[in-house]
Amino acid sequence: MSDTAMPDPAVVTMTVNGESCSAAVEPRKTLADFLREDCSLTGTHLGCEHGVCGACTVLLDGRAVRSCLMFAVQAAGHEVTTVEGLSPSGGGLSTVQQAFQDEHGLQCGFCTPGFVVSVTALLADNPNPDDDEIRDALSGNLCRCTGYQGIIRAVRSAAETGHAQRSGPSQQQVSAS
Amino acid sequence: MKPAAFSYHAPDSVDTAVATLAQHADDAKVIAGGQSLVPILAMRMSAFGHLVDIGRIDSLTGIDRTAEGLSIGAMTTQATVQRSADVAAVAPLLARATAFIGHFQIRNRGTIGGSLAHADPAAEYPAVARTLGAELELTGPNGSRRVAADDFFLGTWMTAAEPDEILTAVHFPAWQGKTGFAVREFARRHGDFALAGVTCGVQVEGDTIGRLAIGLFGVGSTPERASAAEQAATGASVDDLDLDDLAATAVADLDPAADLHAGAEHRKRIATALVREAVSAAVDEARQGSQREGANNV
Repeated sequence: MSDTAMPDPAVVTMTVNGESCSAAVEPRKTLADFLREDCSLTGTHLGCEHGVCGACTVLLDGRAVRSCLMFAVQAAGHEVTTVEGLSPSGGGLSTVQQAFQDEHGLQCGFCTPGFVVSVTALLADNPNPDDDEIRDALSGNLCRCTGYQGIIRAVRSAAETGHAQRSGPSQQQVSAS
Repeated sequence: MKPAAFSYHAPDSVDTAVATLAQHADDAKVIAGGQSLVPILAMRMSAFGHLVDIGRIDSLTGIDRTAEGLSIGAMTTQATVQRSADVAAVAPLLARATAFIGHFQIRNRGTIGGSLAHADPAAEYPAVARTLGAELELTGPNGSRRVAADDFFLGTWMTAAEPDEILTAVHFPAWQGKTGFAVREFARRHGDFALAGVTCGVQVEGDTIGRLAIGLFGVGSTPERASAAEQAATGASVDDLDLDDLAATAVADLDPAADLHAGAEHRKRIATALVREAVSAAVDEARQGSQREGANNV
């Protein structure tokens, strides 16, 4: 056991958006590159590649993380959700995605996958954030187009919609369908 | 923005991790949460032949209440620390400082051990560890030893840990009596590294300052303690506390580096204001605690 190094390339298997994804990769390959190149999920965008911009944010075991700040080998055996995995399986948009569209929470759209994932994580954790909490949660994602006002409105809107869905009679219809 | 190639090790025990580090000597690096290390690798500011990932060692995660206070496993994430009822109860300064670390996505991966071992002089946890009097547990080929936080930070990104040692746990003593804590930090943008930051713990005995600890970060190559100011205030009456004088003393010996973000004098002026604010807030909290206790006695 003198050498404990993993083989290079190493076969890495993880669950991505509910499906198993496996590939032989170099240890230095980031989770972001693994998702884009080996899982063909190009919704996860790479802006800065050093953890500042947040465009590559994904859910790792349900928690929002920078996929450029970890290696694919570290995610082996874990569950990853990308922006592609947030949409309803039958098509259409998630509550958060719909709110971004309705409230003009995007312009060029490059940063949007990271925002959508971060906001989804925020609302799962805190369904009724106040404006300070929204701004705090958004501070880890950079947008160079919108000036953020539409994004903040989108978060408020998604929170209200989510609240209505949870407390309203429509919830039973949704879960029954 | 792609790291240079490295061999990857993912041991499931501290012993194996230490053996791997010892085997590869100076060409190996421990990776914990990776939130500081991966950017450094990606920008190729540094490169290592071997990365030893301690993220699959279960024994390094967890928060335990102990006789002395708290014992926190090195791989415990900052998010876990921030939400822990035990941390809020025993080491509230640690919980409050955590909110200033990066963003919530960073805190979901970043660890307490990684932050301390990385020893960035602008980071919050090293200053908290010095302020509270924490001890850092290092495990190497010959077993474990504890190093006081005051002796751990040697310079920018430099610590007392040997190349074949792993920071495995951090031990925080519980402060006794009527205590108050505060952290203040100024950064250009929320989540950025601090231009200057201050951590403060105070214990009040009656109307007297029984114990005062002031930590400063972002204003030197290591987190600093404002020892002269602490000694001057200890034993003094709370009502006679001259915050302006105290803050001036606290920053008198600082020699911050000037960089793109702020000049040395600018950082000192920020630090001066933050010391005033932090000490004031900590003292208020300690006194409110005593008032609460007094009200209960009535």
